[in-house]
Amino acid sequence: MTDCTVYTETVVYMAPEQFTADAPYQIAIVTLADGGRRTVRIAGERVQIGDAVEFVEDRNDIPFYRKSILRKPA
Amino acid sequence: MKAVAVIGIGKTAFGAFPDRDLRSLAVEAGQKCLGDAHVSASQIEAFYLGNFAGPSFVGQNHLAPYVASGIGITDVPCTRFEAACASSGSAFFHAVSSVAAGLYDLVLVGGVEKMTSQSTPKVTEILAGAGDCSGEVRVGATFPALFAMIARRHMHQFGTTREQMAAVAVKNHSNGAKNPLAHMRKVITMEQALAGKPVSDPLTVYDCSLISDGAAAVMIAPLERAREFTDKPVKVLGIAQTSDSVALDSKEDITTFRAVRMAGEKAYRMAGVTARDIEFAELHDCFTIAEIIATEDLEFVARGQGGPYALEGRTCLKGERPVNASGGLKAKGHPVGATGVGQICDVAMQIRGEAGELQLARHSLGLAENLGGSGATAVVTILGAA
Repeated sequence: MTDCTVYTETVVYMAPEQFTADAPYQIAIVTLADGGRRTVRIAGERVQIGDAVEFVEDRNDIPFYRKSILRKPA
Repeated sequence: MKAVAVIGIGKTAFGAFPDRDLRSLAVEAGQKCLGDAHVSASQIEAFYLGNFAGPSFVGQNHLAPYVASGIGITDVPCTRFEAACASSGSAFFHAVSSVAAGLYDLVLVGGVEKMTSQSTPKVTEILAGAGDCSGEVRVGATFPALFAMIARRHMHQFGTTREQMAAVAVKNHSNGAKNPLAHMRKVITMEQALAGKPVSDPLTVYDCSLISDGAAAVMIAPLERAREFTDKPVKVLGIAQTSDSVALDSKEDITTFRAVRMAGEKAYRMAGVTARDIEFAELHDCFTIAEIIATEDLEFVARGQGGPYALEGRTCLKGERPVNASGGLKAKGHPVGATGVGQICDVAMQIRGEAGELQLARHSLGLAENLGGSGATAVVTILGAA
Protein backbone atom coordinates (compact mmCIF):
# COMPACT_ATOMS: atom_id res chain seq x y z
CA MET A 1 0.00 0.00 0.00
CA THR A 2 2.98 2.37 0.22
CA ASP A 3 5.10 3.59 -2.67
CA CYS A 4 2.76 6.55 -3.26
CA THR A 5 4.41 9.94 -3.16
CA VAL A 6 3.05 13.47 -3.07
CA TYR A 7 3.56 15.14 -6.48
CA THR A 8 1.93 18.40 -5.36
CA GLU A 9 -0.48 19.61 -2.68
CA THR A 10 -2.52 22.52 -1.36
CA VAL A 11 -4.61 23.41 1.67
CA VAL A 12 -8.02 24.69 0.59
CA TYR A 13 -9.31 27.55 2.78
CA MET A 14 -12.10 28.82 0.51
CA ALA A 15 -14.14 25.75 -0.33
CA PRO A 16 -16.93 25.19 -2.81
CA GLU A 17 -20.43 25.22 -1.35
CA GLN A 18 -20.70 21.47 -0.74
CA PHE A 19 -17.40 21.33 1.22
CA THR A 20 -17.48 24.57 3.25
CA ALA A 21 -17.91 22.55 6.48
CA ASP A 22 -14.67 20.63 5.77
CA ALA A 23 -12.45 23.69 5.21
CA PRO A 24 -9.55 24.03 5.65
CA TYR A 25 -8.63 20.67 4.14
CA GLN A 26 -5.60 19.39 2.26
CA ILE A 27 -5.74 17.82 -1.18
CA ALA A 28 -2.83 16.37 -3.12
CA ILE A 29 -1.99 14.82 -6.45
CA VAL A 30 -0.17 11.61 -5.59
CA THR A 31 1.98 9.46 -7.85
CA LEU A 32 0.95 5.82 -7.49
CA ALA A 33 3.19 2.75 -7.57
CA ASP A 34 2.32 2.17 -11.24
CA GLY A 35 3.35 5.71 -12.15
CA GLY A 36 -0.23 6.98 -12.58
CA ARG A 37 -1.53 9.94 -10.64
CA ARG A 38 -4.74 10.70 -8.77
CA THR A 39 -6.13 13.61 -6.81
CA VAL A 40 -6.90 12.71 -3.20
CA ARG A 41 -7.79 14.17 0.18
CA ILE A 42 -5.15 14.05 2.94
CA ALA A 43 -6.16 12.86 6.41
CA GLY A 44 -4.29 13.87 9.55
CA GLU A 45 -0.83 15.39 9.43
CA ARG A 46 -0.13 17.83 6.57
CA VAL A 47 2.11 16.47 3.81
CA GLN A 48 4.64 18.06 1.45
CA ILE A 49 5.92 17.30 -2.05
CA GLY A 50 7.99 14.10 -1.95
CA ASP A 51 6.36 12.67 1.19
CA ALA A 52 5.39 8.99 1.11
CA VAL A 53 1.65 8.49 1.60
CA GLU A 54 -0.68 5.53 1.86
CA PHE A 55 -4.35 4.93 1.19
CA VAL A 56 -6.62 5.09 4.23
CA GLU A 57 -10.20 4.67 3.02
CA ASP A 58 -12.93 6.05 0.80
CA ARG A 59 -15.30 8.32 2.72
CA ASN A 60 -18.41 9.43 0.83
CA ASP A 61 -16.70 8.45 -2.41
CA ILE A 62 -13.62 10.59 -1.59
CA PRO A 63 -10.28 8.75 -1.40
CA PHE A 64 -8.31 9.68 1.74
CA TYR A 65 -4.54 9.18 2.04
CA ARG A 66 -2.21 9.88 4.95
CA LYS A 67 1.49 10.24 5.58
CA SER A 68 3.03 6.74 5.60
CA ILE A 69 3.60 5.36 9.05
CA LEU A 70 6.36 3.11 7.73
CA ARG A 71 8.75 5.62 6.17
CA LYS A 72 10.61 4.49 3.10
CA PRO A 73 14.31 3.87 3.81
CA ALA A 74 16.42 6.89 2.86
CA MET B 1 -7.82 31.50 -46.83
CA LYS B 2 -8.67 35.20 -46.61
CA ALA B 3 -6.82 37.54 -44.28
CA VAL B 4 -9.13 38.71 -41.47
CA ALA B 5 -9.28 42.03 -39.64
CA VAL B 6 -10.88 43.34 -36.48
CA ILE B 7 -12.90 46.36 -37.63
CA GLY B 8 -14.69 47.23 -34.40
CA ILE B 9 -14.48 46.74 -30.63
CA GLY B 10 -16.85 47.33 -27.73
CA LYS B 11 -16.64 46.64 -23.99
CA THR B 12 -18.67 47.26 -20.90
CA ALA B 13 -16.94 48.12 -17.68
CA PHE B 14 -16.07 44.96 -15.72
CA GLY B 15 -17.26 44.90 -12.11
CA ALA B 16 -20.10 43.97 -9.77
CA PHE B 17 -23.31 45.39 -11.20
CA PRO B 18 -26.33 44.29 -9.14
CA ASP B 19 -28.70 46.28 -11.35
CA ARG B 20 -27.55 44.78 -14.64
CA ASP B 21 -28.56 41.43 -16.12
CA LEU B 22 -26.60 39.24 -18.51
CA ARG B 23 -28.43 40.38 -21.62
CA SER B 24 -28.13 44.10 -20.95
CA LEU B 25 -24.35 43.75 -20.53
CA ALA B 26 -23.94 41.72 -23.73
CA VAL B 27 -26.21 44.07 -25.67
CA GLU B 28 -24.27 47.13 -24.47
CA ALA B 29 -20.97 45.63 -25.66
CA GLY B 30 -22.50 44.53 -28.98
CA GLN B 31 -24.05 47.92 -29.70
CA LYS B 32 -20.84 49.77 -28.81
CA CYS B 33 -19.02 47.46 -31.20
CA LEU B 34 -21.53 48.06 -34.02
CA GLY B 35 -21.10 51.80 -33.52
CA ASP B 36 -17.32 51.53 -33.52
CA ALA B 37 -17.37 49.48 -36.74
CA HIS B 38 -20.01 51.67 -38.41
CA VAL B 39 -22.04 48.54 -39.15
CA SER B 40 -25.78 48.11 -38.60
CA ALA B 41 -27.28 45.02 -36.97
CA SER B 42 -28.99 44.05 -40.24
CA GLN B 43 -25.59 43.69 -41.94
CA ILE B 44 -24.36 41.00 -39.50
CA GLU B 45 -24.15 37.60 -41.18
CA ALA B 46 -23.44 35.51 -38.06
CA PHE B 47 -23.13 35.99 -34.30
CA TYR B 48 -20.75 33.91 -32.17
CA LEU B 49 -21.09 34.22 -28.39
CA GLY B 50 -18.70 32.99 -25.72
CA ASN B 51 -20.30 32.21 -22.36
CA PHE B 52 -19.16 29.75 -19.72
CA ALA B 53 -22.04 29.19 -17.34
CA GLY B 54 -25.05 31.42 -17.94
CA PRO B 55 -27.40 28.53 -17.18
CA SER B 56 -25.75 28.01 -13.75
CA PHE B 57 -25.11 31.66 -12.85
CA VAL B 58 -28.42 33.17 -13.98
CA GLY B 59 -30.59 30.25 -15.08
CA GLN B 60 -30.73 31.31 -18.73
CA ASN B 61 -29.94 29.02 -21.62
CA HIS B 62 -30.17 29.45 -25.42
CA LEU B 63 -28.02 32.52 -24.96
CA ALA B 64 -26.80 33.37 -28.47
CA PRO B 65 -30.18 34.23 -30.04
CA TYR B 66 -31.30 35.64 -26.66
CA VAL B 67 -28.48 38.19 -26.76
CA ALA B 68 -28.54 38.67 -30.55
CA SER B 69 -32.20 39.70 -30.64
CA GLY B 70 -31.43 42.32 -27.98
CA ILE B 71 -28.76 43.79 -30.29
CA GLY B 72 -31.20 43.70 -33.22
CA ILE B 73 -29.63 40.73 -34.98
CA THR B 74 -32.21 38.26 -36.28
CA ASP B 75 -32.50 35.47 -38.85
CA VAL B 76 -28.77 34.63 -39.08
CA PRO B 77 -26.88 31.80 -37.33
CA CYS B 78 -26.33 32.67 -33.65
CA THR B 79 -24.24 30.17 -31.71
CA ARG B 80 -22.87 29.93 -28.17
CA PHE B 81 -19.37 28.58 -27.48
CA GLU B 82 -18.37 27.09 -24.13
CA ALA B 83 -14.74 26.33 -23.35
CA ALA B 84 -14.53 27.34 -19.67
CA CYS B 85 -12.49 30.57 -19.31
CA ALA B 86 -11.56 30.35 -23.01
CA SER B 87 -15.19 30.44 -24.14
CA SER B 88 -15.03 33.70 -26.07
CA GLY B 89 -11.46 33.04 -27.25
CA SER B 90 -12.89 29.91 -28.82
CA ALA B 91 -15.84 31.84 -30.28
CA PHE B 92 -13.35 34.31 -31.78
CA PHE B 93 -11.18 31.51 -33.22
CA HIS B 94 -14.19 29.91 -34.93
CA ALA B 95 -15.52 33.25 -36.18
CA VAL B 96 -12.13 34.13 -37.69
CA SER B 97 -11.99 30.67 -39.28
CA SER B 98 -15.42 31.15 -40.88
CA VAL B 99 -14.52 34.55 -42.34
CA ALA B 100 -11.12 33.28 -43.50
CA ALA B 101 -12.88 30.39 -45.24
CA GLY B 102 -15.13 32.82 -47.09
CA LEU B 103 -18.31 31.71 -45.35
CA TYR B 104 -19.25 35.22 -44.13
CA ASP B 105 -17.96 38.77 -44.38
CA LEU B 106 -19.36 40.52 -41.32
CA VAL B 107 -19.36 38.53 -38.08
CA LEU B 108 -19.96 39.82 -34.56
CA VAL B 109 -18.23 37.95 -31.75
CA GLY B 110 -19.36 38.54 -28.18
CA GLY B 111 -18.47 37.29 -24.75
CA VAL B 112 -20.41 37.72 -21.52
CA GLU B 113 -20.66 36.47 -17.95
CA LYS B 114 -22.87 37.58 -15.09
CA MET B 115 -21.30 36.12 -11.92
CA THR B 116 -21.87 38.38 -8.95
CA SER B 117 -25.49 37.48 -8.28
CA GLN B 118 -24.24 34.24 -6.63
CA SER B 119 -22.37 33.82 -3.32
CA THR B 120 -18.61 33.17 -3.45
CA PRO B 121 -18.95 29.47 -2.39
CA LYS B 122 -21.59 28.99 -5.12
CA VAL B 123 -19.39 30.74 -7.73
CA THR B 124 -16.49 28.54 -6.61
CA GLU B 125 -18.67 25.46 -7.13
CA ILE B 126 -19.86 26.57 -10.59
CA LEU B 127 -16.30 27.39 -11.70
CA ALA B 128 -15.13 23.98 -10.47
CA GLY B 129 -17.41 22.52 -13.15
CA ALA B 130 -14.65 23.39 -15.63
CA GLY B 131 -12.52 20.71 -13.96
CA ASP B 132 -12.96 16.92 -13.98
CA CYS B 133 -16.07 16.35 -11.88
CA SER B 134 -15.44 12.60 -11.62
CA GLY B 135 -12.00 13.11 -10.03
CA GLU B 136 -10.38 16.31 -8.78
CA VAL B 137 -13.65 18.21 -8.22
CA ARG B 138 -15.29 15.31 -6.33
CA VAL B 139 -12.34 15.33 -3.92
CA GLY B 140 -12.80 19.04 -3.19
CA ALA B 141 -10.48 20.79 -5.64
CA THR B 142 -11.47 24.35 -6.53
CA PHE B 143 -9.88 26.32 -9.38
CA PRO B 144 -7.68 28.21 -6.93
CA ALA B 145 -6.70 24.78 -5.52
CA LEU B 146 -5.71 23.45 -8.95
CA PHE B 147 -3.56 26.51 -9.65
CA ALA B 148 -2.19 26.39 -6.09
CA MET B 149 -0.98 22.85 -6.81
CA ILE B 150 0.54 24.09 -10.09
CA ALA B 151 2.25 26.91 -8.16
CA ARG B 152 3.57 24.52 -5.49
CA ARG B 153 5.13 22.30 -8.15
CA HIS B 154 6.60 25.29 -10.03
CA MET B 155 8.10 26.55 -6.76
CA HIS B 156 9.50 23.09 -6.05
CA GLN B 157 11.05 22.56 -9.49
CA PHE B 158 12.26 26.06 -10.32
CA GLY B 159 12.53 27.91 -7.01
CA THR B 160 9.71 30.29 -7.90
CA THR B 161 8.80 32.40 -4.88
CA ARG B 162 5.67 33.93 -3.34
CA GLU B 163 7.31 37.33 -3.87
CA GLN B 164 7.66 36.68 -7.62
CA MET B 165 3.98 35.76 -7.85
CA ALA B 166 3.03 38.80 -5.78
CA ALA B 167 5.00 40.97 -8.23
CA VAL B 168 2.50 39.98 -10.93
CA ALA B 169 -0.39 41.12 -8.71
CA VAL B 170 1.30 44.41 -7.82
CA LYS B 171 2.02 45.15 -11.50
CA ASN B 172 -1.46 44.27 -12.71
CA HIS B 173 -3.16 46.29 -9.98
CA SER B 174 -0.92 49.25 -10.83
CA ASN B 175 -2.01 48.99 -14.48
CA GLY B 176 -5.66 48.35 -13.68
CA ALA B 177 -5.78 51.50 -11.55
CA LYS B 178 -5.31 53.46 -14.79
CA ASN B 179 -7.95 51.51 -16.76
CA PRO B 180 -11.35 53.26 -16.59
CA LEU B 181 -13.16 49.97 -17.36
CA ALA B 182 -11.33 47.86 -14.74
CA HIS B 183 -13.16 46.19 -11.84
CA MET B 184 -10.58 47.01 -9.18
CA ARG B 185 -8.81 50.32 -9.70
CA LYS B 186 -6.66 50.02 -6.62
CA VAL B 187 -2.88 50.02 -6.33
CA ILE B 188 -1.53 47.40 -3.91
CA THR B 189 1.90 47.06 -2.30
CA MET B 190 4.14 44.01 -2.20
CA GLU B 191 3.52 43.81 1.58
CA GLN B 192 -0.26 43.73 1.08
CA ALA B 193 0.00 41.13 -1.66
CA LEU B 194 2.13 38.85 0.52
CA ALA B 195 -0.17 39.24 3.54
CA GLY B 196 -3.44 38.49 1.73
CA LYS B 197 -6.05 36.15 3.14
CA PRO B 198 -5.26 32.55 2.14
CA VAL B 199 -7.53 31.06 -0.54
CA SER B 200 -5.67 27.85 -1.28
CA ASP B 201 -2.09 27.60 -0.09
CA PRO B 202 0.21 29.22 -1.38
CA LEU B 203 -2.33 31.47 -3.17
CA THR B 204 -3.93 34.40 -1.35
CA VAL B 205 -6.77 36.60 -2.52
CA TYR B 206 -4.16 38.79 -4.23
CA ASP B 207 -3.05 35.87 -6.43
CA CYS B 208 -6.59 35.29 -7.70
CA SER B 209 -8.52 37.11 -10.43
CA LEU B 210 -11.82 38.74 -9.61
CA ILE B 211 -15.40 37.48 -9.77
CA SER B 212 -16.94 39.98 -12.18
CA ASP B 213 -19.83 40.86 -14.45
CA GLY B 214 -19.06 42.14 -17.92
CA ALA B 215 -19.19 41.77 -21.66
CA ALA B 216 -17.04 42.46 -24.70
CA ALA B 217 -17.52 42.29 -28.46
CA VAL B 218 -15.47 42.55 -31.65
CA MET B 219 -16.50 42.82 -35.28
CA ILE B 220 -14.46 41.00 -37.88
CA ALA B 221 -14.39 41.16 -41.68
CA PRO B 222 -12.09 40.15 -44.53
CA LEU B 223 -9.04 42.44 -44.50
CA GLU B 224 -9.73 43.37 -48.15
CA ARG B 225 -13.02 44.99 -47.06
CA ALA B 226 -11.85 46.41 -43.72
CA ARG B 227 -11.27 49.98 -44.93
CA GLU B 228 -14.90 50.26 -46.02
CA PHE B 229 -15.67 50.41 -42.31
CA THR B 230 -12.67 51.79 -40.43
CA ASP B 231 -9.45 53.78 -40.83
CA LYS B 232 -7.78 51.61 -38.21
CA PRO B 233 -8.21 47.94 -39.10
CA VAL B 234 -6.30 45.50 -36.92
CA LYS B 235 -5.06 42.42 -38.74
CA VAL B 236 -5.36 38.90 -37.33
CA LEU B 237 -1.84 37.73 -38.20
CA GLY B 238 -1.97 34.38 -36.45
CA ILE B 239 -4.48 32.41 -34.40
CA ALA B 240 -4.70 28.89 -33.01
CA GLN B 241 -6.89 26.94 -30.62
CA THR B 242 -5.58 23.74 -29.02
CA SER B 243 -6.70 21.29 -26.37
CA ASP B 244 -5.38 18.94 -23.69
CA SER B 245 -6.90 16.73 -20.98
CA VAL B 246 -9.26 18.40 -18.50
CA ALA B 247 -7.99 16.71 -15.32
CA LEU B 248 -4.82 18.21 -13.87
CA ASP B 249 -3.69 14.80 -12.56
CA SER B 250 -3.65 13.34 -16.08
CA LYS B 251 -1.08 15.88 -17.31
CA GLU B 252 2.48 14.64 -17.29
CA ASP B 253 4.00 17.98 -16.25
CA ILE B 254 1.81 20.57 -14.54
CA THR B 255 4.45 23.33 -14.53
CA THR B 256 3.71 24.05 -18.20
CA PHE B 257 0.56 24.20 -20.31
CA ARG B 258 1.08 21.98 -23.32
CA ALA B 259 -1.98 23.48 -25.05
CA VAL B 260 -0.56 27.00 -24.70
CA ARG B 261 2.85 25.94 -26.03
CA MET B 262 1.23 24.31 -29.08
CA ALA B 263 -1.15 27.22 -29.72
CA GLY B 264 1.75 29.66 -29.41
CA GLU B 265 3.91 27.71 -31.86
CA LYS B 266 1.08 27.51 -34.40
CA ALA B 267 0.14 31.17 -34.07
CA TYR B 268 3.77 32.31 -34.38
CA ARG B 269 4.21 30.16 -37.48
CA MET B 270 1.00 31.46 -39.07
CA ALA B 271 2.00 35.07 -38.36
CA GLY B 272 5.58 34.50 -39.53
CA VAL B 273 6.97 35.96 -36.31
CA THR B 274 8.79 34.70 -33.22
CA ALA B 275 8.29 35.47 -29.55
CA ARG B 276 11.10 37.99 -29.81
CA ASP B 277 8.99 40.11 -32.20
CA ILE B 278 5.99 40.42 -29.86
CA GLU B 279 5.94 43.94 -28.42
CA PHE B 280 3.24 43.48 -25.77
CA ALA B 281 0.76 40.87 -24.61
CA GLU B 282 -2.47 40.27 -22.75
CA LEU B 283 -1.97 36.96 -20.92
CA HIS B 284 -4.52 34.88 -19.02
CA ASP B 285 -3.61 35.72 -15.40
CA CYS B 286 -6.55 33.94 -13.78
CA PHE B 287 -3.95 33.37 -11.05
CA THR B 288 -0.56 35.08 -10.76
CA ILE B 289 1.25 31.77 -11.41
CA ALA B 290 -0.66 31.45 -14.71
CA GLU B 291 0.89 34.67 -16.02
CA ILE B 292 4.35 33.47 -14.98
CA ILE B 293 3.88 30.14 -16.77
CA ALA B 294 2.38 31.83 -19.86
CA THR B 295 5.50 33.97 -20.28
CA GLU B 296 7.50 30.71 -20.32
CA ASP B 297 5.12 28.72 -22.55
CA LEU B 298 4.99 31.54 -25.11
CA GLU B 299 8.80 31.71 -25.06
CA PHE B 300 9.10 35.27 -23.77
CA VAL B 301 11.54 33.79 -21.27
CA ALA B 302 13.17 30.38 -20.67
CA ARG B 303 11.42 27.54 -18.78
CA GLY B 304 11.43 28.18 -15.05
CA GLN B 305 12.52 31.81 -15.42
CA GLY B 306 9.04 33.39 -15.44
CA GLY B 307 9.24 34.26 -11.74
CA PRO B 308 12.45 36.31 -11.91
CA TYR B 309 11.20 37.80 -15.22
CA ALA B 310 8.13 39.18 -13.40
CA LEU B 311 10.00 40.36 -10.30
CA GLU B 312 12.67 42.19 -12.33
CA GLY B 313 9.97 44.43 -13.85
CA ARG B 314 10.55 43.33 -17.42
CA THR B 315 6.78 42.95 -17.98
CA CYS B 316 5.81 46.36 -16.51
CA LEU B 317 4.40 49.19 -18.64
CA LYS B 318 7.91 50.52 -19.22
CA GLY B 319 9.56 47.11 -19.34
CA GLU B 320 10.97 45.38 -22.42
CA ARG B 321 7.66 43.61 -23.16
CA PRO B 322 4.66 44.84 -21.19
CA VAL B 323 2.26 42.10 -20.09
CA ASN B 324 -1.34 42.90 -19.13
CA ALA B 325 -1.17 46.65 -19.57
CA SER B 326 -4.96 46.56 -19.13
CA GLY B 327 -4.61 45.27 -15.57
CA GLY B 328 -5.22 41.68 -16.66
CA LEU B 329 -7.85 39.39 -15.20
CA LYS B 330 -6.33 40.19 -11.81
CA ALA B 331 -7.39 43.86 -11.70
CA LYS B 332 -9.53 44.41 -14.79
CA GLY B 333 -11.75 41.53 -13.68
CA HIS B 334 -12.57 38.09 -15.04
CA PRO B 335 -16.17 37.74 -16.21
CA VAL B 336 -15.21 34.31 -17.49
CA GLY B 337 -17.07 34.23 -20.82
CA ALA B 338 -16.11 37.81 -21.70
CA THR B 339 -12.40 37.48 -21.01
CA GLY B 340 -11.12 36.15 -24.37
CA VAL B 341 -12.85 38.77 -26.51
CA GLY B 342 -12.02 41.40 -23.89
CA GLN B 343 -8.33 40.61 -24.40
CA ILE B 344 -8.75 41.05 -28.19
CA CYS B 345 -10.35 44.45 -27.52
CA ASP B 346 -7.45 45.45 -25.26
CA VAL B 347 -4.78 44.42 -27.76
CA ALA B 348 -6.67 46.16 -30.60
CA MET B 349 -6.98 49.35 -28.52
CA GLN B 350 -3.20 49.42 -28.07
CA ILE B 351 -2.58 48.83 -31.78
CA ARG B 352 -5.06 51.61 -32.66
CA GLY B 353 -3.26 53.92 -30.22
CA GLU B 354 -6.42 54.44 -28.14
CA ALA B 355 -5.28 53.09 -24.77
CA GLY B 356 -5.08 56.51 -23.10
CA GLU B 357 -2.95 56.61 -19.99
CA LEU B 358 -2.00 52.96 -20.61
CA GLN B 359 -0.82 53.51 -24.19
CA LEU B 360 2.45 51.68 -24.75
CA ALA B 361 5.45 53.09 -26.61
CA ARG B 362 5.73 50.04 -28.88
CA HIS B 363 2.27 48.86 -29.90
CA SER B 364 2.24 47.53 -33.45
CA LEU B 365 2.42 43.78 -32.72
CA GLY B 366 0.55 42.25 -29.78
CA LEU B 367 -0.45 38.80 -28.53
CA ALA B 368 -3.49 37.56 -26.57
CA GLU B 369 -3.54 34.24 -24.69
CA ASN B 370 -6.82 32.84 -23.38
CA LEU B 371 -6.71 29.71 -21.20
CA GLY B 372 -9.62 27.39 -20.41
CA GLY B 373 -9.72 25.44 -17.15
CA SER B 374 -6.36 24.19 -15.97
CA GLY B 375 -5.11 24.18 -19.56
CA ALA B 376 -7.60 21.99 -21.45
CA THR B 377 -8.26 24.75 -24.00
CA ALA B 378 -5.88 27.45 -25.18
CA VAL B 379 -6.37 30.16 -27.77
CA VAL B 380 -3.44 32.33 -28.86
CA THR B 381 -4.00 35.28 -31.19
CA ILE B 382 -1.41 37.59 -32.73
CA LEU B 383 -2.69 40.97 -33.90
CA GLY B 384 -0.90 43.68 -35.83
CA ALA B 385 -1.45 47.05 -37.44
CA ALA B 386 -2.88 46.59 -40.95
